Amino acid sequence: MVPIPAYIITDHKKSAFLLSSPGITNLTSTHVAQQHFEYILHLADNALILGQRNAEWCGHGPVLEQDIAITNISLDLIGQARMLFQHAAEIYNAMDDAGKASVEKLLPRTWKTYGRELQEDDLAFLRDERQYRNLLLTELPKGDWAQTILRQFFFSAFQYAQYEALQQSGDSTLAAIAEKSLKEVTYHRRWSAEWVVRLGDGTEESRRRIEGALQELWPFTGEAFKAAGFEDGDFAPDPARFRAAWDERVAAVFAEATLAVPATGTWSQEGGKRGIHTEYMGYLLAEMQTLQRSYPNVTW
Amino acid sequence: MLSEDAIWTLLADVKDPEIPVLSVLDMGIIRAVSVTGDAVEIVITPTYSGCPAMDVIAMDIRLKLIERGIRKVQIRHQLSPAWTTDWMSEAGREKLRAFGIAPPNPKQQFCSTDMFVEEAVQCPRCGSWNTELISQFASTACKSMYRCRDCKEAFDHFKCH
Repeated sequence: MVPIPAYIITDHKKSAFLLSSPGITNLTSTHVAQQHFEYILHLADNALILGQRNAEWCGHGPVLEQDIAITNISLDLIGQARMLFQHAAEIYNAMDDAGKASVEKLLPRTWKTYGRELQEDDLAFLRDERQYRNLLLTELPKGDWAQTILRQFFFSAFQYAQYEALQQSGDSTLAAIAEKSLKEVTYHRRWSAEWVVRLGDGTEESRRRIEGALQELWPFTGEAFKAAGFEDGDFAPDPARFRAAWDERVAAVFAEATLAVPATGTWSQEGGKRGIHTEYMGYLLAEMQTLQRSYPNVTW
Repeated sequence: MLSEDAIWTLLADVKDPEIPVLSVLDMGIIRAVSVTGDAVEIVITPTYSGCPAMDVIAMDIRLKLIERGIRKVQIRHQLSPAWTTDWMSEAGREKLRAFGIAPPNPKQQFCSTDMFVEEAVQCPRCGSWNTELISQFASTACKSMYRCRDCKEAFDHFKCH
């Protein structure tokens, strides 16, 4: 059996995924390291990109209280992204040469010219579009309030189930980040669910808007549950197992909102986890990265 | 000779930059203090992942110790177990109330994740329980916004976390 890299198991009590997995013997430690790094980037990118999208509401919310609410959620998500990027950078800096070479394609080119260790901001702000691993759902335009709300609800309901499971991850740092974030995600899920109910069971206009949002967003919900190459079970739980909890939550909230749950087809929009993004992603990155690209290695 | 007690005493003077009536001890974010020779290690835990005060707090702790000539200071972040408002001191809760912010309710009493369930929160100004939630999110990540139906004042509530 190939030895498991020491950085993955640091807490044996929490190593359920690793120890229960028979697949681990077929993997090289370099392959595990690569999947591990990419998975953490995926989690970080989801939080970062949705945090960036929600921040577009700053100063533009429909009423002051909700402007503050959506930007608070944005702040939580960016905080989560920071913890995850810090973790990813630490993992990378501790890798051996083979490990580092295996994740070469995910690293920002600009950083390579800096000649120093990898840091959280390099990962957040200097990668190219194809190097991001976020769900397509998170990068879609903020749209109107209904679209923002419904996207947040779909995402938070998924993130809740995912982070709940990650608390048992064999990576104890990741487990701690999940435990911490879950408390915030609980607020996000509740707040967005209440708004889905208000809009669905509200006025004719709010109903029209949320139904429009549902039509737009539903095809993007399936991607979350289809395991990417880096989600094959050793420390990253298979997302398919979150489907039932997510379906149940959506059904309960939609019933309250008097909305019909669309049929779950076999086809869904996907690609984000492989780095194939929608046409909206480039514009988002251009705005988000402009400072770091214009002033390389900038410090405050 | 440095003692751990002396460090705890110094930390009582480091305030939360966003709620300056509370010290970092009142907030319950100091997890451990250890002294080895002339080196000090302090373990802190964030309240919320994105709380912008955390970096400032770490810097303020460092500055406070430097004032006393303590230069070898290491500040470590620890996430688990996650911070909870149950760690906030009794004195801290009273200071919040006096400052006009309704303190968090004990978690075991009320901390619902259900939709449209409102926590009973006492108005920090007039003491009335006849209050209503305006928004689950307020001026900082750790607070929600309420309104008193009796004295009509809007106020912040340090939410149960």
